[in-house]
Amino acid sequence: MDILHIATAGSVDDGKSTLIGRLLYETQSVTKDRLEAIHQASKRRGVDFLDLSLLTDGLIAEREQGITIDVAHVYFNTNKRKYIIADTPGHFEYTRNMVTGASRVSVSIILIDARNGIVEQTARHYYISALLRIPKVIVCINKMDLVNNSQARFNSIVADFKRLSENIHNADIAQQLHFIPASSLHGHNLTQPAPEFGWYQGPTLLELLETADTNRPRELAPRFQVQMVIRPRLSATHDAQRATELHDYRGYAGRVSSGTFTVGDEIEVLPNSRRSVISHIDKHGQPVQTASAGESVTLRLADDIDISRGCLIVSPSTAPAAQKTIHARMCWLDHTALSPGKTYILQHGVHTTQSKVTQIHGVLDVLTQNVNRNLPTLKLNEIGDVTLRVAQPIFADRYADNTANGSFILIDEWTNNTVGVGFVA
Amino acid sequence: MSQSAFAQFGFPSELEDEAIYILRETAAQFERPAILFSGGKDSIVVTHLAVKAFAPSKLPFPLLHIDTGHNFPETLHYRDELVKRLGLDLIVRYVQDSIDQGRAREESGKYASRNVLQTTTLLDAIEELKFDACIGGARRDEEKARAKERLFSVRNEFGQWNAQRQRPELFHMLNGRIATGENVRVFPISNWTELDVWRYIQQENLPLPSIYFSHQRHVFNRDGLVWADSPYINKSPDEQPYAATIRFRTVGDMTCTAAVNSTASTLDHIIAEISAAEVSERGARIDDKRSEAAMEKRKKDGYF
Repeated sequence: MDILHIATAGSVDDGKSTLIGRLLYETQSVTKDRLEAIHQASKRRGVDFLDLSLLTDGLIAEREQGITIDVAHVYFNTNKRKYIIADTPGHFEYTRNMVTGASRVSVSIILIDARNGIVEQTARHYYISALLRIPKVIVCINKMDLVNNSQARFNSIVADFKRLSENIHNADIAQQLHFIPASSLHGHNLTQPAPEFGWYQGPTLLELLETADTNRPRELAPRFQVQMVIRPRLSATHDAQRATELHDYRGYAGRVSSGTFTVGDEIEVLPNSRRSVISHIDKHGQPVQTASAGESVTLRLADDIDISRGCLIVSPSTAPAAQKTIHARMCWLDHTALSPGKTYILQHGVHTTQSKVTQIHGVLDVLTQNVNRNLPTLKLNEIGDVTLRVAQPIFADRYADNTANGSFILIDEWTNNTVGVGFVA
Repeated sequence: MSQSAFAQFGFPSELEDEAIYILRETAAQFERPAILFSGGKDSIVVTHLAVKAFAPSKLPFPLLHIDTGHNFPETLHYRDELVKRLGLDLIVRYVQDSIDQGRAREESGKYASRNVLQTTTLLDAIEELKFDACIGGARRDEEKARAKERLFSVRNEFGQWNAQRQRPELFHMLNGRIATGENVRVFPISNWTELDVWRYIQQENLPLPSIYFSHQRHVFNRDGLVWADSPYINKSPDEQPYAATIRFRTVGDMTCTAAVNSTASTLDHIIAEISAAEVSERGARIDDKRSEAAMEKRKKDGYF
């Protein structure tokens, strides 16, 4: 059974929590006691319908203020697959939360209130979906009941959105764009087609989700970062035979970032560029022949070479180049602005090294796509192009070529906070 | 589409790969991790995953059990068997000791429980044993405050969770850097649902404490829930125990876990039962019924 990761985003009050609540309700993922609790809470708040948005607002402050503050994770199943929604709030620290929530998803659902049409946040949502290269974007034009289910209104929003997406120019992205009308309060066109939209012949939201590609990068160049070296030290008094068997065991534990590794493959270990051959692949103590993107395994090699945490195992023919100077698009995630020249810890996968931002080339205005070239820093929720220097080289791919091996985070050495995320250019 | 149809689908292997990745990051990034072991199915699954993550090495960290003194005897029996069978290190700290030392005060009244008290014992144990990462079996689907948790959840020296100041977790990169005195709670099975846990137990053929399966027990009714009769619960005269065929769907200690009427005696039966259930898992947790935000409040105080 596979898992589809989804991000949802919307502005305040465009019915995002209600939409998710509805999806859970209509796929029968909400149990009676939770529904009863929501029924009671709805009454206490003085609303005369089942306020399904209460399913996702978890924190006291969120319920008090009727808003969502932090990324929440929501789970449901259909008979096709398991779904995980990263539900991101529409206002507070918006870009930060959206980038975080959307960083590993295959589908982005952008909500638009049919009465308001495209608003500033819509452009941000779409831009971030494009920046993260999310393969499928579903634009859900919601609250259609409040515009008399008007086809003309739907078409005009679709036309506006298409102009917007052409403006946010990313011609090299093979991104699928879908538009659907919906009314999440009434459950129209989420899991069931709605007679109200007689003019709409396309799929329901759930049909789109059930057929979306889960996007595990098995076809890309093989990349495997070593998390730790496994060298069993068993006591000979406890089990002498097993201790002898495992005396020379040396395995490299990690998760395949992309591509496939097979026993017998020639590999190269970076940064030392030593070559060897995969002699065994162990998955949770059992031998397997191959391991693909996403799998946690332990590789063993034919030769004893010096390998430690953070080393990257690749195929010699498609090895990434060492980079000491990195050009990247960055999104800043911290209240304290980026300080050029200050040392940050750069974490690329599990590999860390000291780094400095040596230049800020420009800060992007997401709405106009204009680049402001004269800003000295990058502030919370801002996106800009930077150059970094690192103490030890990293072996990253371009984010456009390999999202798993093409991103990194920056950590503030003083606060230990994750303060930025970078997409290698 | 009814939920019972979902029961026929397999366990998503991505969840196991992710959990093992998180456990390996924990071993690599921290000096003194420990698994918080309660004897419940979720901590049993986490322990099993950890054994796999480092195979053929021995599990590189101990299990820590915070013993409320009100455990089901079956759970303790299971714990000791498991530790022996897998050759694990077990550390136990007792809520009773915290009470005796005046660090915690026993609750009184009808709903007296040691569920809240165990936070004190846990925080003392973390300080005493200098654990910098405590691995737990909490899941985001269990409860709405838990839905906002990170995989690596940083806690201050009082163990407190600050929901509005959490570190963003991007792609698969986990940042476990902490200052002296802080610690991290690690949740490797965050993205699993209750059904995923049971499918995995079935796939891996994991033994479980017998109380998860249907059995005869003396119970009484309170607040619409079925409570196990035990010397640790203050019953009123009209709460008369009777024999019933029940099982436990979630296992805390005897004062905070309610039973469900059930004849499910195998994993297949349990999975079918949960798939069709109309009540959520934590619907049987007395500790969650204290208020709408009971879990968030406890988490802010250092609970898991």
